[in-house]
Amino acid sequence: MNRFAALFQALDQTTSTTAKVAALADYLTAAPEPDRMWTIALLSGRRPKRTVTTTLLRGWAAEKAEIPLWLFEESYPIVGDLAETIALILPPAERTSDRSLTYWITEIRALASRDESARKTAVLDAWNHLTTPQRFVFNKLITGGFRMGVSQKLMTRALARATEIPESDLAHRLMGDWSPDTHTFESLISAPDPTADLSRPYPFYLAYALEKEPESLGDPTDWTAEWKWDGIRGQLIVRGGQYYLWSRGEELISPRFPEFGRAPDFLPDGTVLDGELIGWHDEKPMSFNALQKRIGRKNVSAKLLAETPVILLAYDLLEFESKDIREIPFVQRNARLHSLLAHLPPEAPVRLPPRISFANWDELARIRETSRENSAEGLMLKRKESPYLTGRKKGDWWKWKIAPLTIDAVMIYAQQGHGRRANLFTDFTFAVRDGDNMIPFTKAYSGLTDAEFNEITKWVRKNTLQRFGPVRQVRPEHVFEIAFEGIQESPRHKSGVALRFPRMVRWRHDKPVAEANTLEDLKTMLETYG
Amino acid sequence: MADPLLTFTDDGIFCPIGDFHIDPWRPVPRALITHGHADHARSGHGMYLATQNAAPVMRHRLGDITLETVRYGEERTLNGVTVSYHPAGHVPGSAQIRVAHKGEVWVVSGDYKIEDDGLSEPFEPIKCHAFITECTFGLPVFKWQPQREIAAELNAWWAENAAQGRNTILGAYALGKAQRLLSLLNPDIGPILTHGAVENTNAILRAQGVRLPDTVLVTPDLNPKDHPGALIVAPPSALGTQWARRFRPLSDGFASGWMALRGVRRRRAADRGFVMSDHADWAGLNTAIAATGAERIFVTHGYTSIFRRWLEDQGYEAQIVETAYEGENLDTAEGAA
Repeated sequence: MNRFAALFQALDQTTSTTAKVAALADYLTAAPEPDRMWTIALLSGRRPKRTVTTTLLRGWAAEKAEIPLWLFEESYPIVGDLAETIALILPPAERTSDRSLTYWITEIRALASRDESARKTAVLDAWNHLTTPQRFVFNKLITGGFRMGVSQKLMTRALARATEIPESDLAHRLMGDWSPDTHTFESLISAPDPTADLSRPYPFYLAYALEKEPESLGDPTDWTAEWKWDGIRGQLIVRGGQYYLWSRGEELISPRFPEFGRAPDFLPDGTVLDGELIGWHDEKPMSFNALQKRIGRKNVSAKLLAETPVILLAYDLLEFESKDIREIPFVQRNARLHSLLAHLPPEAPVRLPPRISFANWDELARIRETSRENSAEGLMLKRKESPYLTGRKKGDWWKWKIAPLTIDAVMIYAQQGHGRRANLFTDFTFAVRDGDNMIPFTKAYSGLTDAEFNEITKWVRKNTLQRFGPVRQVRPEHVFEIAFEGIQESPRHKSGVALRFPRMVRWRHDKPVAEANTLEDLKTMLETYG
Repeated sequence: MADPLLTFTDDGIFCPIGDFHIDPWRPVPRALITHGHADHARSGHGMYLATQNAAPVMRHRLGDITLETVRYGEERTLNGVTVSYHPAGHVPGSAQIRVAHKGEVWVVSGDYKIEDDGLSEPFEPIKCHAFITECTFGLPVFKWQPQREIAAELNAWWAENAAQGRNTILGAYALGKAQRLLSLLNPDIGPILTHGAVENTNAILRAQGVRLPDTVLVTPDLNPKDHPGALIVAPPSALGTQWARRFRPLSDGFASGWMALRGVRRRRAADRGFVMSDHADWAGLNTAIAATGAERIFVTHGYTSIFRRWLEDQGYEAQIVETAYEGENLDTAEGAA
């Protein structure tokens, strides 16, 4: 744990990407085998399950620190992180330990099968062996919220440096359903058997937003355009007579979407499709809201399945006849995709999205303006010659979204953030006017600069009208322009609407509250765009 | 019932019988000052009373003021009220002020810390009936490491930077924190440079016998190449500015009690955050309060509502007093870029 906690501190102490990659590469070169695998697992989102509730941890920490629970609870929001609060509040450890990361992870996982008093003994004993930085790491592991300020991409880069294996190969090897229990460093990374894991997906290729005019991309005949759908990105794999469906967050979501059970009937073995999962009714996309009901459900009822059937709008073909074809140009992959899907019967859970043809950028700009009518968020532009790359890369794929909808709203509640945003008021609730009343309709967390968050934090401290636990009701005085991607009816909300991707785009210092938008404005937007 | 010995007014802490204020924030005829930090020693008062050791800095900062001085422990009588100053351990010259009248004793802590930093006159607990205490770090998550451990980390960081061909810059308040850091540095590692604001205070403190390592003032014509592997001590506001950039390649650090919180450290985005404060930590506050023997505790400046509740749980009669002291608060810790 010493080595790992030191790595954590080294990563935490620097904002330089180069320094982070260097520290991580050193660690991955030198750390003993199981610790190295666990570090790779943790940094690719494979955390041990939580085996103790945070309620128990808080109680034990307060007891050990000899403070009342209320004082612990008051300290937590000020620190902004539970694992850190516990690490700071405990008395100094009476012992030291040089046990490994793997040892502690094994301990934490073993807690699952023990009763409460045995768990308590084990956790208190661990705390009594660890320094404050080590405790912080231990608590992060035990609360299941482990993040190290290092993206999977950076970790992959560091691993590439440590192993001298190309980054894109590593990214692929690290995909899918593995853990340090199922794989060794050798079987996963240094000498993998490519056929061993039928479920393994390819790394997703992600597009950047197009900030400039499309003319900057050059000759329009080098490009294809497709709608940018408002669903969730998915990869459908048919191998060995089975199907596997992965989300972009690398979650195996096959069981949630049983409609794909028939995919092997329609697609040949050794096929991998990239596309958008979307609710589909009467040969048309349904709203994202409809899909949302499906995403969260592990077990789908027959009723929900009938109400919101989901299909994959497939826009790319990554594996064809069991061969990885990511290297060949997009137009050629697309031609094979069409030959594969064009004649599927309507009951197949896979569709080809419509083709968009355009002669020049002006025409495409006009087509883009009709995105909302076509249930799309804008366009995707892909260079015809582009290979299917790994991760977010500039140059060949662009998302060209339509301008968001906006509304001017009044801030009425504020709450402090967590982690890097602890002690800052960053989470706000916004209202529209309804006569003399303020009707809350959305929350938003992002979009302001650090300087603006500092300024609003000072203002909130001085202009709190009432406190409800961590939430402060503030004087309705500031107007913010809220941007969002869509609006839906929602009986669960007081305002009757739910927004998609709301965020602050501007602090309207120039606008008095009396000029903020009204509930009626919001309802008009719902009629127009809902 | 007679007036309490000390009252809390819009001008600050006031003694009606003695007719004087303590650390007032609006101009008053007679001001007793605990220490020279700007939120405690403000301009515009008719007369000032402070310790001998606090006086030179106050004169430097406030200019031509009418200032009387006392030694630690020396008693003065003001309209029949006995006042005396006792070391607070916050910065050199800082004091708690004891106010006594007809057997009733109140103590105003000013800002204080318990650990002997080797520069400030070490904190002395004073028995009293009522204690007015700061609680900047009045939460059980704040626990300071011993100073020698921080010194070791600090010097190791500087030595590592020097070995890598980098300069090192430390952001620290010009009075107190800067000198405390200077006193912890190992001059064998490399040259120590100072910003003008820090060096002004150094000169004053050196003149009154505070021992600091040799420093070089950064002037416009100073060539950083003449001082390889330097450590520069500057006010926090100088970090990240053009002034600091000339010392690149550079690693920057900041020393404050708030550096105990990872969120603050990450937002500050310095390369290193050293947890070092001139205020008492949780244990320090509780020890100091217990040592006064006081039953009535007034808490000012800090996590007052939480700390008051904690003190009430411990059986004290505790009240919150609103003040205009800023001390080392979170906003200034953040705002100081």
